[in-house]
Amino acid sequence: MKEFAYFPGCSLEKIASSYHISAVETTKKLGILLKELDDWNCCGATTYFYIDELLAYTLCARNLAIAEKTGLDVVAPCSACYKNMFFTAAHLKKDADLADHVNFALEEDNLHFKGTVNVKHLIEVFAEDIGPDELKRKVTKPLEGMRVAPYYGCQIIRPQKDKEDVEQPQFFEELLTAIGATPVNYPLKVRCCGGSLILSSRTAALTMVRNLLQSAVDAQASVIATACPLCQVNLEVYQQQVNQEFGTNFSVPVMYFTQLIGLALEIPHKKLGIGKEFVAMAPHLLPVEHVWGLPRKAT
Amino acid sequence: MTDTIPFSQEISNLLHASEGEPLKNCIQCGTCSGTCPVAGYMDNSPRQIIALINLGKKDQVLESNTFWYCASCYHCSVRCPQEIDITELMYALKRYSIWKNRYQEGLIGPTFSEAFVKMIIRGGRSFEPILATSYIFSFNTREFLQEIQGATELLLKGRLPILPARIKRLENFRRMIGRIIPMGGLE
Ligand code: SF4
Ligand code: SF4
Repeated sequence: MKEFAYFPGCSLEKIASSYHISAVETTKKLGILLKELDDWNCCGATTYFYIDELLAYTLCARNLAIAEKTGLDVVAPCSACYKNMFFTAAHLKKDADLADHVNFALEEDNLHFKGTVNVKHLIEVFAEDIGPDELKRKVTKPLEGMRVAPYYGCQIIRPQKDKEDVEQPQFFEELLTAIGATPVNYPLKVRCCGGSLILSSRTAALTMVRNLLQSAVDAQASVIATACPLCQVNLEVYQQQVNQEFGTNFSVPVMYFTQLIGLALEIPHKKLGIGKEFVAMAPHLLPVEHVWGLPRKAT
Repeated sequence: MTDTIPFSQEISNLLHASEGEPLKNCIQCGTCSGTCPVAGYMDNSPRQIIALINLGKKDQVLESNTFWYCASCYHCSVRCPQEIDITELMYALKRYSIWKNRYQEGLIGPTFSEAFVKMIIRGGRSFEPILATSYIFSFNTREFLQEIQGATELLLKGRLPILPARIKRLENFRRMIGRIIPMGGLE
């Protein structure tokens, strides 16, 4: 069984707890063990970088150094945590002075960043370590007829790391196809959801959310799939406020990609955190659960 | 006292990952502004902010809401034909403006950032209810009520924490931060 050091991040503790539980359950079923990082601290979201760069690097490096002790690579399910930790690792590996400075601070917690760790986003574990072919083989309940808008958002694909396609990525679509769903093509799939502007520049962010929802609805998506707790909250929890603000009538479920994969693997809804949504999936979309061979009404 | 180094140089020095003065390579093509999903809400677009920096218009730059409206989406950065990391520039301007304690009145960004960092220094983890106090009081009544409605529903669905989470080795953690920044002002 392949293992990773799992960095859940603050959002997954509560507001995105269904992402957490579905991530753990689906990976387990696919032969991957996510071992939660011991005593991890907040990655800083985007905010530490507003105040002090060195502080931001140090806080991320603490988590990286804890992971290095386990010898495992780090997996983060939140795009902001992932971006912060990925680029902190990259900068510290390149810049010995910076690493020295950060290591001086890490001494206080008996830690040291050596530069051996790699950082992945959870969706990369599915796209690369498991792969769509293997995933397809494990699917027992293909999500036939489900039209899903894969929402990449920003920080999984940007900043660019190498020469990968940052304008028209396809890995999310490939995962959705593997579980039998139909990925819809919509122009805003890599546009921003507004991120933390939802708190600081509300009208701007609500407009961005509205545009995204409209784009997905125009492509006749019945569900939006996300890979980031902040995107999920903006697109789902703020949907009511978009409706109030713009007189629209959106009612689009926004699910974590792990929840959809879990449905196709016939993991019980409860173990996927299904039931905590503001906008529930239409009952005909939720595969009926079978318990002791008897069909049961979807919860 | 007059500044000894030009403003544009000062800003370039903050972009530590870049060599020289990257902003001087800007050809004012406007790709960044055309890409930016928030440009319509900024008083100066990303392209204009770069022009203002290059012209040394420090006051105008600091009075602008541009960088506080930046969502850090990196879309401009991946598209700039001159490979200027505009998103990094926006971060640098936020830091510069907090450091100089000069920003447009009424913005939530600076207060929010400070509250966030204080919260992390206190417990090592984020706790939404505390954070809310840094922005919610600047909302108008309708926004306030919408926010409360959203929060209540989250709470009912078990999606909001009641108690703040704390890391275990908090003492070490705080001493570690003490080696980076003076903690006095942040406690
Ligand atoms: S895209 Fe680059 S070169 Fe063009 S205006 Fe923006 S910063 Fe300047
Ligand atoms: S990173 Fe900021 S400035 Fe650049 S496109 Fe996104 S919101 Fe606009």
